[in-house]
Amino acid sequence: MKKLFLGIISSILFAFSANAADMRIALVVKGLGIGFFEAAAEGGEEAAKEIGGVEVIYTGPATTTAEAQIEVINSLIAQKVDAIAISANDRDALASIGKKAMDRGITVISWDSGIAEEGRVMNLDPSNTALIGSSNIKWMKNSMGDEGEFAILSATSQATNQNAWIEEMKKEHAKPEYSKMKWVDTVYGDDLFDKSYQEALGLFKKHPNLKGIIAPTSVGIVAAAKAVEDQGLVGKVFVTGLGLPSEMKAHVKSGAAIQFGIWNPIDLGYSAVYLSHQIATGAYTGQEGECIPTGRMGEICIGAGNNAAMADPFIFDASNIDKFAEIF
Amino acid sequence: MKKILLNRDFILFSIILIILIAVGFANPLFVTPKSISDVLTDTSILIILALSQMIVILIRAIDLSVASNLALSGMLISLLSTVHPELPVYYFIALSCVIGTILGVLNGISIAILKVPFIVTTLGTLSIYRGLIYFVSDGKQVYSNEFSEDFLALIHVKFLSLSFLFWLAVVVFIVIYILLNHTRFGRNLYSLGGNPDAAKYIGINENKYIIMAYSLSGFFAGLCGYLWVARYSVASTQIAIGFELTVISACVVGGISVMGGVGTVLGCVLGALLIGLIRNALPAVDISQFWQLAISGAIILLAIIINTKTEQRKEKTIMVEN
Repeated sequence: MKKLFLGIISSILFAFSANAADMRIALVVKGLGIGFFEAAAEGGEEAAKEIGGVEVIYTGPATTTAEAQIEVINSLIAQKVDAIAISANDRDALASIGKKAMDRGITVISWDSGIAEEGRVMNLDPSNTALIGSSNIKWMKNSMGDEGEFAILSATSQATNQNAWIEEMKKEHAKPEYSKMKWVDTVYGDDLFDKSYQEALGLFKKHPNLKGIIAPTSVGIVAAAKAVEDQGLVGKVFVTGLGLPSEMKAHVKSGAAIQFGIWNPIDLGYSAVYLSHQIATGAYTGQEGECIPTGRMGEICIGAGNNAAMADPFIFDASNIDKFAEIF
Repeated sequence: MKKILLNRDFILFSIILIILIAVGFANPLFVTPKSISDVLTDTSILIILALSQMIVILIRAIDLSVASNLALSGMLISLLSTVHPELPVYYFIALSCVIGTILGVLNGISIAILKVPFIVTTLGTLSIYRGLIYFVSDGKQVYSNEFSEDFLALIHVKFLSLSFLFWLAVVVFIVIYILLNHTRFGRNLYSLGGNPDAAKYIGINENKYIIMAYSLSGFFAGLCGYLWVARYSVASTQIAIGFELTVISACVVGGISVMGGVGTVLGCVLGALLIGLIRNALPAVDISQFWQLAISGAIILLAIIINTKTEQRKEKTIMVEN
């Protein structure tokens, strides 16, 4: 009798674990072979291991088009996966296939690059505008000290995201702890390397006491760092902003940049898989106002339009640049 | 005396001096020797490309593919340098020039032999060469730490506190000056552009000169391919995008007539210097960024107007055929 009881218990336990192992989450990326997404897949695997009993299917098309992604998703629907987390090549073109998947009972979320509201449960942005803006000012303070002149080297003057970040930087800069940091200029390098470089040289001449440049663009930050090195201003002018570690590695080594940031693709993949699991199990609905525990990333709260932002941008400096330069 | 004052090149030189003085008043830091040397370094690639573009414009054509050619040559040698960092830098420079020349010859063949109009040809190759960069690089960049030290070192060599780039531009200036003014090749280019029909009657092989002009343009675009990636120590799909228009405006400001056959080598260099000066000076003076593009366009237009009003074309149309 006792033996039978144990047998039942163990078979129930076994059944449970078998059920859990059946959870299959597809991590669909814009295109295969892109460093950023390979890193995201690594994060997704990490989340799967941590949750336990989850299989991550890392997939995506060879060409970064919406059509190719639709084919991929069609095959995933046929395979009856439990959840699809996608970084979309086209916000609107993927909405109907996302809806089709949801109609078949598959949990669909978008991450990194979202799809329109009707095609997914929720969307996870890498970071939010306010966070990016305030982080840039903090990195500038950490790089140049809390006293002196700094300037912004942006992309084009009409770039929506850059301008929104600069607005947020203004709010952060208005705080008392930055009172001795003087914002002297905002210039635009149009995301062209040579123009950004010339703008950086112009800043040095216009503001001989300049101590820092914030470039919230991956082109501008490299151009500014190169200009600092070429002009022999390493140690006098510090560059920060948003950039890729692989592109910035040499400039961190040279000392032109002390620290800079960007959203971490590993964390992004990790969060995408974690959230998919939480919603697919039915523990959470992924609707506005909900805060979903996401493992080591803490809680991710969902805002208007079922949009959520991951976390602070990830910071890179001399201590971790080598490791991340290998990744993205 | 009057002749000198009305000389186009002299007027262009005066305009450059006036801008330099004006900027000097606005920001004295801009007219220090160090800063002037920076401007010259920054303008060197533009000077080389403007001079080679001039050769093409002289025969009533235009090469719109120079920036894409530069970018493709630069990307190809950058990719090679990541695989074979041990190769000497001269090898890369030579290879870049060879690639550029081949791309230029292709333009020439299309125009001279296949008779595809030059605008169509070079507009096409502008996209094709740019597209090939995506193909060969897979859309990825070559970062500064992936180049060998040797690859990047040459560009930082200085002589008499002026950069390697500047001295190279001086050499190219001398070579093209001699080529256009003291060789049969140069004279024939001028006559082909000035009066193609007459040139053909006296036995100048037009096709040969078209192909040669485009190969020279390609050769220098290839050379600048190396210079560009070494200078900025980054090779991406976006290298020099749109730069062909800067090159052509330098020629036009320099008094190289798009009608062909007219223009001096010195004028071309001064045109490039004026554009280079404006590009460098505007960021250094306190003018709203939103005005800078308009101001730079206005200065260029003004320079051209003053320049063309003062010297009429020597030949005049006496009779217009019905």
